[in-house]
Amino acid sequence: MFNVETIRKDFPILHRQVNGKPLVYFDNAATSQTPQQVMDAIVEYYSNYNANIHRGVHSLSQEATDKYEQARLTIQKHFNAKASHEIIMTSGTTHGINLVASGFTTLLKKGDEVIVSALEHHSNIVPWQMLCERTGAILRVLPMNDEGELVMAAYADLLSEKTKLVFVNHISNALGTINPIKQIIEQAHAVGAAVLVDGAQACPHLKPDVQALDVDFYVTSAHKMCGPTGVGMLYGKEDWLNKLPAYQGGGEMIAEVTFEKTTYADLPHKFEAGTPNICGGIAFGAAIDYMNHIGFENIATYEHELLEYATAQLLEIEGLKIYGTAKEKTSVISFNLKGIHPYDVGTLLDKMGVAVRTGHHCAQPIMDYYKIPGTVRASFAFYNTKQEIDTLVSGVKKAKMMLS
Amino acid sequence: MTIKAIQEDLIDEFSMFEDWEERYQYMIDLGKTLPLIEDAYKTQDNVIKGCQSKVWVHAEMDDDKVVFTADSDAIITKGIIAILIRVFSNQHPKDIIAADTDFIDEIGLKEHLSPTRANGLVSMIKQLKMYAIAYQTQLN
Ligand SMILES: Cc1ncc(COP(=O)(O)O)c(C=O)c1O
Repeated sequence: MFNVETIRKDFPILHRQVNGKPLVYFDNAATSQTPQQVMDAIVEYYSNYNANIHRGVHSLSQEATDKYEQARLTIQKHFNAKASHEIIMTSGTTHGINLVASGFTTLLKKGDEVIVSALEHHSNIVPWQMLCERTGAILRVLPMNDEGELVMAAYADLLSEKTKLVFVNHISNALGTINPIKQIIEQAHAVGAAVLVDGAQACPHLKPDVQALDVDFYVTSAHKMCGPTGVGMLYGKEDWLNKLPAYQGGGEMIAEVTFEKTTYADLPHKFEAGTPNICGGIAFGAAIDYMNHIGFENIATYEHELLEYATAQLLEIEGLKIYGTAKEKTSVISFNLKGIHPYDVGTLLDKMGVAVRTGHHCAQPIMDYYKIPGTVRASFAFYNTKQEIDTLVSGVKKAKMMLS
Repeated sequence: MTIKAIQEDLIDEFSMFEDWEERYQYMIDLGKTLPLIEDAYKTQDNVIKGCQSKVWVHAEMDDDKVVFTADSDAIITKGIIAILIRVFSNQHPKDIIAADTDFIDEIGLKEHLSPTRANGLVSMIKQLKMYAIAYQTQLN
């Protein structure tokens, strides 16, 4: 049974105060909070089996290696990858994207085309621009409409045999739009292009099945889904990971080194140079276990309820406009009050204990589309409540009164 | 009035506020009254990109004093600018160069001058001082 009050007991931070008021944490799209179970995994690691992995004969190292590899299996199972070596441990979404973008340097040539969606986070734009600069490939943009949905009719026109890569987020961080990635992948494959999906915003809300999606690359960060910062994963189809050259050189990623020649280790180690974030990887596994224990169906149902409740309440405020009104969206509400700068609203809400994000949310092209400097973004997680939404709504009303 | 005296006035005024709401309402109202920078000066050259809120600053000499006008697209930022202008504008360059901003702490607005706040105010103060240094060189 899903009981939010019981769940909240798992999150110590939700019981603290900010500026003398009980914290209302609505910046979940930036980073999620950490349950005790994940913190316990971190403490247990450092208390019991902290050691470097894959290289010691001693018991501690063996235990740490086993736990770390067990986390990889947890991730593999969660995303339904065919093999555990298709899961590359990374420092996060940004790292995964850069790894793939760097690898494609040798696979693209001048005149090839790559498609980026208009809804991307800067992390899923800049590495590809750099790739295009290196290779002479052309960057094309899949446009969005006023609702914040991708214009799929334009997609077919952009695709051609020149298209080599498409990158799109599963869910937009600025607007909450859930993109039709299955269709995007199918159409890309029809012209022989590979697809990278940025799942940073999707993984806290749903359970992607990489085989069912038939996606080529899927990247995410642990810190958006109850895990620690600085760790994440890149899923890649085995064929693609074999085709891509190694990214960084170092220990762990080699089979044999002489000064004449180095041969690289097999997957996944080929892409995992240096001592990884061992504790973080193990905690990532614990976070996935925790979220599955809550249950993604429960999470989706409850968060949808929060979204509908908050949307209805906020829309009652005169002059409030919500950006991103896609039919398919997650519990993210980006909004502005007429004539009022989002920064002012965010500053006053903070004084009332309500944490929201303001600004362009690392998605400047979306703000340019709407011709606004930014928005106030409230993003809800399964541990938030309707009472907290009431606090947000009355806070916005108060901010409006003070500012107009 | 000297910079120090203005700062002391401000500390006095702010000490009358009972809670954050009164303090912020005052700043917001100040923000509304700030003489706007002339549109001609709202240029790319005069903008300080604070990431979230934009700040424009213009400086000119009036006799041996520097006069600042400024603006922001966010009203709380503008309110703080109004306070900074009241302190720094119409002062002799050497006094502007020597002045500190510790009073901001005392009037409870320290968080707005944090270098990580991304509202452009820290850069704005640097800019005011740079203008003062430039004018001081001219006077010498
Ligand atoms: C859609 C999207 N992509 C990428 C990122 C970057 O994630 P990270 O900073 O963990 O690499 C984020 C996080 O803000 C995001 O929301």
